Amino acid sequence: MNLILESLVKAFWLIVSFDREVYEIMFLSLRVSGIAVLIGALLGVPSGATIGLKEFFGKRFLVSIVNTLMGLPPVVVGLLVYLLLSTSGPLGVFQLLYTPEAMIIAQLIMVIPIVMGVTISSVSSVGKAIREKALSLGATNWQMTLKVLREGRLGILTALIVSFGAAISEVGAVMIVGGNIRWATRVLTTAIVFETELGEFGLAIALGLILLLLAFTINWILTYLQWGGLRR
Amino acid sequence: MRPLIETHNLSKFYNGTEALRNVNMKVDKGEVLAVVGPSGSGKTTLLRLLNLLEMPTAGEVFFDGRDTAWSDAGRVALRRRMGMVFQQAVLFNETVYENVEYPLKIRGRYDESKDLKVKDALKLVGLSGFEKKQATGLSGGEAQRVALAQAMVYTPELLLLDEPTVNLDPRNISIIESVISKVNRERGTTIIIATHNMLQAERLATKVAVLREGELAEVGDAKEIFRKPSDLLASFGRILNVFTGQSYLTEEGTAIIDIGGGVKIEALTTKTGSVTVFIRPEEIIVSKSPIVSSARNMLKGKVEEILDLDQSVQLKVDAARQFTVNITKRSFQEMKINLGSDIYLSFKASSVYIM
Repeated sequence: MNLILESLVKAFWLIVSFDREVYEIMFLSLRVSGIAVLIGALLGVPSGATIGLKEFFGKRFLVSIVNTLMGLPPVVVGLLVYLLLSTSGPLGVFQLLYTPEAMIIAQLIMVIPIVMGVTISSVSSVGKAIREKALSLGATNWQMTLKVLREGRLGILTALIVSFGAAISEVGAVMIVGGNIRWATRVLTTAIVFETELGEFGLAIALGLILLLLAFTINWILTYLQWGGLRR
Repeated sequence: MRPLIETHNLSKFYNGTEALRNVNMKVDKGEVLAVVGPSGSGKTTLLRLLNLLEMPTAGEVFFDGRDTAWSDAGRVALRRRMGMVFQQAVLFNETVYENVEYPLKIRGRYDESKDLKVKDALKLVGLSGFEKKQATGLSGGEAQRVALAQAMVYTPELLLLDEPTVNLDPRNISIIESVISKVNRERGTTIIIATHNMLQAERLATKVAVLREGELAEVGDAKEIFRKPSDLLASFGRILNVFTGQSYLTEEGTAIIDIGGGVKIEALTTKTGSVTVFIRPEEIIVSKSPIVSSARNMLKGKVEEILDLDQSVQLKVDAARQFTVNITKRSFQEMKINLGSDIYLSFKASSVYIM
């Protein structure tokens, strides 16, 4: 009991005293996951919209692959990226292993299927009627696509927030490709694992609280949006 | 004068089933064409092809003399000269104002009168003051009127309407119909309206095209077609007061037609044997007691159903056979008609149309 209390006190102190390491770790987490989600959105939303709007041979198969990939286990992604980036791997020349860039790549691979899958389903659920409505009012194909994305904006935003939540709380992939190097690739989740193993519960709890706070904030934004903050 | 829209042997197949076959039609500027036919006869398909939302399997659509098959960009340009109102109102999930503004926005040019145009379009459909409302919260009738405003805000040359008033209440139906007549009259908008409601076609159209199983079965002047509806038109048209019976001639040269249930009606015809007749609801005079008049037919019946049609009242009357009559609201109130009231129906022998 004492241990928990002591650790809690230490955790609060680390947070309120703006401990440099704690905040460094938090910002790296935000940076890695934020960039992964941003790139994921830039790639996933247009490709998902295209797949959702166009009819082509093999569409069903492609959609089912995307949906399957939405459940990619982070550890497997980490392993895959590790093999690609390791010195003897095909992308070894770039020497990205154990850098934040490697972590971004790993999280990006996790995030893209989520963004794509949800975009496909939002765009499809907007429906043929809305698409034809826009066209009949004189929209070009491009204007129609923008309109459909606007109609499906809630779903797409949800996808972005959910993928950010998944990325920032994921530990398997960043651990493998980042290596949890202090001051370099240590993020919230890997640090919690590491500090717990060391018995540094104060630091672990402080990082855990920050992670919880981030997760709650994300959920709060999501709930707010779904309750009508984005109705118009 | 060159027709505004014209089709040549237009056909459309969906997975091998023929939705439309060899349709040739022409609509001149300023005309109101009603495309009538039972559901599944190809009305919607025809309108979608005319709106260039789908490509025909065979045949061509010409808009203002131009072949519409030439290019995607060309089709967008031509589509911008037409408006389409779908059977189910589809609106964007934003305000009424933004919905009506959308077609102007996508046309790109800076338009200083945009705001005025949106307000005018809303006024046209009687929805001034609805600008800030969310389109998704509107009733079916209001939503359909917003859809009409969206299609009219850019003053298209051609307005296509696919069963625009199905499932709407009488008040909204009459608003939408009066907007259709108004834009045709005042702006010269050419109109093509698909409907299975004969009375609506009759109220609005100057020309009628009858579709049957994807083929154009009849085309003609609306007045001609409705004065003497063909069997085909009557068979699906919800044309009221259609009866079949045996006709025999009287010594005076008129005919008596026994339509069953002991009901015999007198008509001006020389046809004998089995005939189908039709009496317009508007041509039947309703009275509370027997009247002496020149009308050769008078039947006694009980009011079975009262339907408020905004400007008039429609009664279904059981006079051994079911008759439908339309009377004004004023007469309805003055005559104190209730369900079950006994009333008399009078109509001239010349009001009985033989089909």
